[in-house]
Amino acid sequence: MIFFRTLFKTKGEAISFAVFVALIAIILPLALPIFRLNLVGKYLSYGFVAIGLVLLWGRCGILSLGQGVFFGLGGYCMAMFLKLEASDPVSTSIQTTPGIPDFMDWNQITQLPWFWEPFKSFTFASCAVFLLPGLIAFIIGWAMFRRRVGGVYFAIITQAIALILSLGIDGNQGFTGGRNGITDLKTLLGWDIRTTGAQYTLYFLCVFLLLASALLAKYIINTRFGRVLMAMRDREDRVRFSGYDVAMCRTFVFALAAMLSGLGGALFVLQVGFMSPSLVGIIPSIEMVIFTAVGGRLSVIGAILGCLIVNFGKTAFSEAYPDAWLYLMGGTFIAVVMFFPDGLAGIIEKSGTIKTKLVTLGAGLMKKLKPAESAEKASAAVAEIPKTAEP
Amino acid sequence: MKQRTPSLHRRLLPVVGLLALSAITASAKPPTSEVNTTGLAVTDDTVTVGQLHSATGTMAISETGSIQAEQLAIDQINAAGGVLGRQIKVIKEDGASDWPTFAEKAKKLLVSDKVGTVFGCWTSASRKAVLPVFEKENGMLYYPTFYEGLEQSKNVIYTGQEATQQIIAGLDWIVKEKKAKTFYLIGSDYIWPRTSAKIARKHIENVIKGTVVGEEYYALGHTQFGSLINKIKLKKPDVIYAIVVGGSNVSFYKQLKAAGITSAKQTLLTISVTEDEVLGIGGENLVGFYSAMKYFQSLDNENNKTFVKAFKDKYGANSVIGDVTQAGYLGPWLWKAAVEKANSFDIDKIAAASPGLELTTAPEGYVKVHPNHHLWSKLRIGQWGTDGQAKVLYESELIEPDPFPKGYQ
Repeated sequence: MIFFRTLFKTKGEAISFAVFVALIAIILPLALPIFRLNLVGKYLSYGFVAIGLVLLWGRCGILSLGQGVFFGLGGYCMAMFLKLEASDPVSTSIQTTPGIPDFMDWNQITQLPWFWEPFKSFTFASCAVFLLPGLIAFIIGWAMFRRRVGGVYFAIITQAIALILSLGIDGNQGFTGGRNGITDLKTLLGWDIRTTGAQYTLYFLCVFLLLASALLAKYIINTRFGRVLMAMRDREDRVRFSGYDVAMCRTFVFALAAMLSGLGGALFVLQVGFMSPSLVGIIPSIEMVIFTAVGGRLSVIGAILGCLIVNFGKTAFSEAYPDAWLYLMGGTFIAVVMFFPDGLAGIIEKSGTIKTKLVTLGAGLMKKLKPAESAEKASAAVAEIPKTAEP
Repeated sequence: MKQRTPSLHRRLLPVVGLLALSAITASAKPPTSEVNTTGLAVTDDTVTVGQLHSATGTMAISETGSIQAEQLAIDQINAAGGVLGRQIKVIKEDGASDWPTFAEKAKKLLVSDKVGTVFGCWTSASRKAVLPVFEKENGMLYYPTFYEGLEQSKNVIYTGQEATQQIIAGLDWIVKEKKAKTFYLIGSDYIWPRTSAKIARKHIENVIKGTVVGEEYYALGHTQFGSLINKIKLKKPDVIYAIVVGGSNVSFYKQLKAAGITSAKQTLLTISVTEDEVLGIGGENLVGFYSAMKYFQSLDNENNKTFVKAFKDKYGANSVIGDVTQAGYLGPWLWKAAVEKANSFDIDKIAAASPGLELTTAPEGYVKVHPNHHLWSKLRIGQWGTDGQAKVLYESELIEPDPFPKGYQ
C-alpha cells in the first residue's frame, strides 16, 4: 500500500494511469488493424525517450537535445545483432564475401570488423541495448555536471554530440551502413519478426516494458530522491550547500534517461525492421523534445500521450494533406506552446485549478451581493486565487 | 396466351440486343474477378495506384520532377482510356525525406489501400527502406532514379540506369575525345557516389590503364570546396570526375569558377548533374562541362518533342526536364504495358510479363525491360550551355543493364 502511495499520490493519478493502460493494452489492440497497431508500437517506442525527458527535463530542469543519440545507439545495437543473423553465408552467397552484412560487401570489406563480432551474441546485444547508452551518458554527464555545465550550454553540447554521431555513422558506411542504415532485418533468434503474430507479440512486449518504465519513473519522482531532484532544479545552490552531490544525482538521471531511450530504440528496430542515421541526428532529437513538450514535460503519462498524439497527427495530416501537412503540424506546436506551456497534461491539471478558481470567484460574488460586512472576506477569497493557481 | 408469346419476343428483342452489346463491350474490358485475383484495389471502372515521393523536406526539390512526370503519364493514359478499360486513381503519399516514413507509407499503400502498383522513391536510402516492405507484402515499385546497382528484386522495376550503364561508356568517350590519362574523383559521401567511384576507378585502372590521382568524399550538403580546389590545382588531372549530389553542387561549381577552373582549361565530366540541378547551379557556372546521362531535354526526336511540349503545357514554360523526370514518366507506361501483356493486375503476373517489354514511345527513344528488371538504354554525353540546356555530343548503342558487374566489384 505504501508502495502504491509512492506511485500514485492521488486517486486521480491512479485512475488516469488505469485509463491509459486500458487504452494502449486493450482498446487500441482491439480497435486497430495490425498495420495501424504496428504504427502505434513505433510511436510508443518514442515514449521511452519521452519518459527519460520527463525525468531529465521536467524534473531536473536539464534540457538534452541529444536523446536521439541514445535512442540510436540502442537501435543500432539491436539492428547489428539482427543484421548478422540475416547475413548467414547461405542467404548472402551472391556476395564476394558471403556471411558478412551486404553493405560491407558493397564497400569492399572482406572481414567482419572487430566491434561487430560480439554482436553475434544475443545476450551481449540485448545488454548493450541499454548498457552502452547508459555508459556513454554517464561519461558525458559526469564530465559536464562536474564542471557545472548546465542550461543552454548543456543543450548545445548534447546537440553537438547528436550531430557528431549521425555524421560518424554517415561517413563510415562500410562499418555502419551509412545513410541507408541497416535494412532488411528478418528474424530474431530464428523467429520471423515480420509476421502478423510477431508484430502483435512485439507490440505487447513494447507496452509491457513501457508501462514498467513509466512506473519506475513515477516511483523515482515521488520518492525523496525525486524531491531532491526538483529542489536542484529550482534552487541548485541550496541543495549543494545542504550536502547533496548535485553532479552525481544529475549524472544518474541522465544515464537512466539514456538507458530508457536505448531500450526504446531497440523496440523501434524490432517493430519497424530497420535503423538509419536519420533517427540519430539533431532533427529526431528535437522532435522527441517536442513530443514531450506537447504532452507535458512534468507528467509521465502526458509525455507518452504526447508521442502518440503528435505522431498520430503526423500520420493523419500527411495522409490527408500530403502537400500542406508540415504547416498544420507547425501550427499545432506553436499553439500548444503558446497557450499551454505545460503541454496537454497541463490542460487537464489546470482544468482542476480553473474549477477552483471559478468556485472561489462565484463564492466571492455571492458574498458581494450580500451586505457589505462580508466584502472583506470576498476580496480575500479573490486574492487567494493566484495562490491556488500555483502548483 | 399462345398469341401473346411472339409479341413478348418482339418486346424482349431490344433487351437481348442490349445484353449482347454489353457482352461485347465487356469482352473488351475483362471482368474484375479475372484480372484481379489477389484483392487489389481494382473495380470495374478504376484501378488505384500509389505515388510515394518526398513532397516535403530536403529531397522535395529533386523529387518534384518525378511526381509531375508520373502524374502526366497517368493523365495521358487515363485520357486514352485507362488500363484494361479502367481509369487510374492515384493515392499520393509524402515520404517527407525521412526513411522510416517511407517504409510506413509504403506499408500503408500496400496493406490498407491495396494499390495495384507504386511509383516512387528517389534516394537509395528510401528505396532500401521500402524494399523489404514491397517484398513481404508483394507489391510492385517503379523506381526512377539512376542508382548504384547491386540490387535486383522481383518487386521493383528500375527505370533509371544502374551504375555501369552510366559510367563505362562515358569514360570511354572522354578518353577517346580528350586523350585523358589522369582522373580526380569527387563525390558526396554515401553509397551511390562511392559505388560509382569504385566502378569508375576499376575501369580507369584496368581497362583505360590511366591513373586516379585523387578520390575524395564530402558530406551531403557540404559547401566549402576551397581545399579540394587547391588539391586539384596541384594535381592537374586531365579530367575531374564529379559525383557531387544535391545542394553541394551549387557551391562546388561556383567555387570552381571563382578559382578560375573553367571548361577552357579543365575537362569535367559529371554523372550527377541534370537539367534540374543546372537550374540551381546556373548555366553560366557550368558552361562547357559534360554530363553523362541517358536523357537530356534537348534530345532531338519526335517522342521527346511531344513529351516536352505536354510537360510544359501542364507545368509551365519555365519547367525543365531532367534524366530522372523522364525515367519517372516511363513508370506508368511500362506498368500499363505489363498489365496489358499479362491481361491482369496481379503483381506476380506483371513481374513475369515485364521482361522483354518494349516502349517505342519513350522520350529517350526506345527502351526494353531486361529479365533483371532494369532497362536497356543508351548513354549520352551532353555539354552544358549558358541557357541551362545540354548539347548532345555523343550517343552510345543500347547498353545491357548489369547490376552485379563482374570485375567491377
